[in-house]
Amino acid sequence: MSFECAGIGKVFPAAQTDIVALKDVSFVVEDGQFVCMVGPSGCGKTTLLRLIAGLDYPTAGRIAFDLPRKSGQLRAAMVFQHFGLFPWMTVLDNVAFGLKMRGESRKVSHLRATEFMGRVGLAGFGGSYPHQLSGGMRQRVAIARAFLADPEILLMDEPFGMLDAQTRIVMQEELLSLWQGRQHTVIYVTHDIEEAIFLGDRILVMSGRPGTLLADIPIDIPRPRERSNVLGKVTDIRLRVWNMLRDEVLRELEMPS
Amino acid sequence: MNDRPRKASRLAPAATFIGFLVTWEVAVRLGWISALFFPSPGAIWISLVKLIGTGALISATGVTLMRFAAGLIAGSVLGALLGLMMGWWPPLNAFLDPFVAAIYPIPKIAIFPLLMIMFGIGEGSKFAAILLTAFFPMLVTSLAGVRQISRIYFEVGKNYGARGTTVFTHILLPGSLPSILAGVRLSTNIAFVIAISVEMISARNGLGVLLFLSWQTFRVSDLYAVLLVIALWGLLLNYAIAYLTRALVPWVGE
Repeated sequence: MSFECAGIGKVFPAAQTDIVALKDVSFVVEDGQFVCMVGPSGCGKTTLLRLIAGLDYPTAGRIAFDLPRKSGQLRAAMVFQHFGLFPWMTVLDNVAFGLKMRGESRKVSHLRATEFMGRVGLAGFGGSYPHQLSGGMRQRVAIARAFLADPEILLMDEPFGMLDAQTRIVMQEELLSLWQGRQHTVIYVTHDIEEAIFLGDRILVMSGRPGTLLADIPIDIPRPRERSNVLGKVTDIRLRVWNMLRDEVLRELEMPS
Repeated sequence: MNDRPRKASRLAPAATFIGFLVTWEVAVRLGWISALFFPSPGAIWISLVKLIGTGALISATGVTLMRFAAGLIAGSVLGALLGLMMGWWPPLNAFLDPFVAAIYPIPKIAIFPLLMIMFGIGEGSKFAAILLTAFFPMLVTSLAGVRQISRIYFEVGKNYGARGTTVFTHILLPGSLPSILAGVRLSTNIAFVIAISVEMISARNGLGVLLFLSWQTFRVSDLYAVLLVIALWGLLLNYAIAYLTRALVPWVGE
């Protein structure tokens, strides 16, 4: 087991009525599992990731991590929705950031970052600044930074949400091949059901606010996955998930925000 | 094809400037404007050469620049440090903000008499006036620089294990650097103005003194020559800061 969420609740205090973002969310993630999370927008997926990342605290329940950590290893590294790259650092320094923060020397972290950049199509971009790159390239940098930090758990918050459809497909495949080499535990938030099916070992379906767990659907498509053999299985899983989400989305739409 | 308009745009200011000088010279010689108020460029040039020749201008420039640099460096380093600390630690900001808000808008030349009482009429009061002038804009811009760093960068830092001093060196300082450099520009310009102003009030040497002396002895072309030197230094300083900004924050702009 990698970690367990037990009865997680999160309430944000607000002036009028408190906002209940998450309510009684419980699930267990196995070591090395690729878990996708889908749900209507505003359902607390990002909040849940932030709790796992340790950037915020749950107001109910607890998250229990099971793995004994190697010394200095990060528990969870996050790939943020809007990349979260430091605009003042070159691509090389951004990729090497996690290593440096773990106490590696500048020389070693740059060496390893350069080597890793070659594997994710960033060779030759080390001296560029993030603003000079396309969205897809920026997300490669963010993913390289997370992978190179070598955390126990990778948290990804709609990492490809801002990319165009074609780039997204390429990036999904790159992500899978990186993950297959290393087998980190991944929690991947997306609003794209098809993406969840292609990437995940299982899909956690969340309800609208307050976010609760609606279903936990295993995806038993063998790996390595080819898009062609996934496509056939997509339809029925997709229908199942969509039937669940449809009511939630409709409910969200009618709710005053 | 492409560099023709570029060359033209680079030559245009020079051509305008030369045209302006020629018109001025001609206008004075033909008596259209008074040589008393507007000595001809030729006369100013002669004054300039004479002032350089006697060594007066060079020593005055040296003295003024030394005063200006000492006050500017001390004031902006202190201002930037305090501004960054106030941005980093909100209680300090809450405590000091009213004082900053009250003192910042006072023209430092207005408190110069007070400074002379406190630090004497020697270098002390001049140093203090220039230091204070540079201090406040640096404080305010570096504080604003920290404030405008998006929360997400602090979260990324925290998520990847940055703590304490690494947050300062990797996020706080580079993140606020564009704003700090805007502050350097601001501080440099007013500190230069104040350096010359305090010299006009109380000093034995410096560009301000030379300027004032030229007025008292009614040597108008000398006055223009000194103004020319001041303007050139202003130009040079601003170019240097623009260059520094491009070198230090290459991620900004375009």
